[in-house]
Amino acid sequence: MKGYNFAYLDEQTKRMIRRALLKAVAIPGHQVPFGSREMPLPYGWGTGGIQVTASVLGAEDVLKVIDQGADDTTNAVSIRRFFARTAGVRTTTHTADATVIQTRHRIPEQTLRDDQIIVYQVPQPEPLFRLEPSRIETRRMHALADYGLMHVKLYEDIARFGQISISYDYPVMVNHRHLMSPSPIPAFDNPKLHRMPALQLFGAGREKRIYAIPPWTEVRSLDFDDHPFRPIRAPHPCGLCGATDSYLDEVVIDDRGGRLFVCSDTDHCAERRAAGHVGSEGLKEAAE
Amino acid sequence: MSDDTLLSARGLSLSYGALTALVDVDVDLWPGEMLAVVGESGSGKTTLLNVLSGRLTPDAGAVWYRDPSGHLHDVHAMPAPALRTLHRSDWGFVHQDPRQNLRMNVTAGGNVGERLMAQGARHYGNIREQALNWLTQVEIDADRIDDMPRTFSGGMLQRLQIARTLVTHPRLVFMDEPTGSLDVSVQARLLDLIRSLVTRLKIAAVLVTHDIGVARLLAHRIMVMQRGRVVETGLTDQVLDDPQHPYTQLLVSSVLHA
Repeated sequence: MKGYNFAYLDEQTKRMIRRALLKAVAIPGHQVPFGSREMPLPYGWGTGGIQVTASVLGAEDVLKVIDQGADDTTNAVSIRRFFARTAGVRTTTHTADATVIQTRHRIPEQTLRDDQIIVYQVPQPEPLFRLEPSRIETRRMHALADYGLMHVKLYEDIARFGQISISYDYPVMVNHRHLMSPSPIPAFDNPKLHRMPALQLFGAGREKRIYAIPPWTEVRSLDFDDHPFRPIRAPHPCGLCGATDSYLDEVVIDDRGGRLFVCSDTDHCAERRAAGHVGSEGLKEAAE
Repeated sequence: MSDDTLLSARGLSLSYGALTALVDVDVDLWPGEMLAVVGESGSGKTTLLNVLSGRLTPDAGAVWYRDPSGHLHDVHAMPAPALRTLHRSDWGFVHQDPRQNLRMNVTAGGNVGERLMAQGARHYGNIREQALNWLTQVEIDADRIDDMPRTFSGGMLQRLQIARTLVTHPRLVFMDEPTGSLDVSVQARLLDLIRSLVTRLKIAAVLVTHDIGVARLLAHRIMVMQRGRVVETGLTDQVLDDPQHPYTQLLVSSVLHA
């Protein structure tokens, strides 16, 4: 696009972000400060993710953007179009075809490959922020690997509710050293972080932090020996494709209490349907 | 300094600008011993406690701590992670105001369990069992384990703080006026509790107090401080029954006998 540098950001800014990214990859799970720029979208809509994507994007890349698993929601559509216009890169909705995937709140169901990069939009990079209000103190806790407090939170959950009640943004230990917030992905997706072949980059624009998980890194969800981590999934098959192993969205379909559970990963669902899988809703349509 | 002291300090001096808080203070503490530091407000007692525990760095002098394997560590030359580990395992700190130490938005059980979890305990059942055990030891009802500290009375809060500190079986506990903010009857019970726990678990302690009665009840040895200097030191009964220094004499004679 005329009047703009490739992928919107100027080269000096990209250089600064790439330096932060290199440092982040070198210390898996460690939050690296960076000079976050003002972007043409509000904080909370993915300013961190979009800056990281702009810095790693090359002319040959194929970009996929998802929001809550879906390719067709406002946030996903506008960020995808933003890069199509400012960088002229090819875009796709197919997980397998993409080389860079920017995501909000989900990891695609399909296993990622070692030639792919996944960029997460992060609202709050500090996993301890609800427990310890002082940033100076949380930085010291990270430096000394003093993470007893996070386990106190898990202890409190079990004492009060009988189980660990965190359903998203479930804290993880990266490489046996750093406590990390995986961004608000459902706890269901946490096992996918572990030893993922793709490079995982996290950008928090408002909080001005970047962190990363290099390929094949150990990522463990925190738990107790007698209360192990359990990924939670709604106990239904997908209404459209019949999948019993994917993460589901609950959709209200009428005002008489009707509910439909469908795959949150729209691309995964569409590919399954194209391959001939049919869910209960599809069967109903066929009968009519 | 003999070879079996737990904690030794030599020549500690510290001033806050023009204000001198400590002048050439020596301290020796043996395992299982309770040392009381008495003196009026502003005499440097709390500063001494903070310097001994590594929270403040002195202008001159050094503090050595002997770990369980017999090695001596210069407390102020220790790397921060090592000092932190020491503070959450071998050492404990009991504040005058329990709210400074407790997490007020975490249940009693979570408060007691935190040090265990910080040390790497990862079995919920065991942590809870130990928390229950310690609440019972400090005479808090077992069914208050899931209650918030803000629903506790002042005396209960102080006992909860003691449970939270002692759960990791520290060898050395620093106490800053542990009974200072409590009424007299609660004080008596708490002193009784501290005495029995410390004797049974063979914990060494440095106890800062302005209350001669507390010192007489708990401490083996006593140090009297005035304007940052140690003016008299010795066995508690000896010092209190036969004070030599004029300031100690004044201190002892000013206690009301009921």
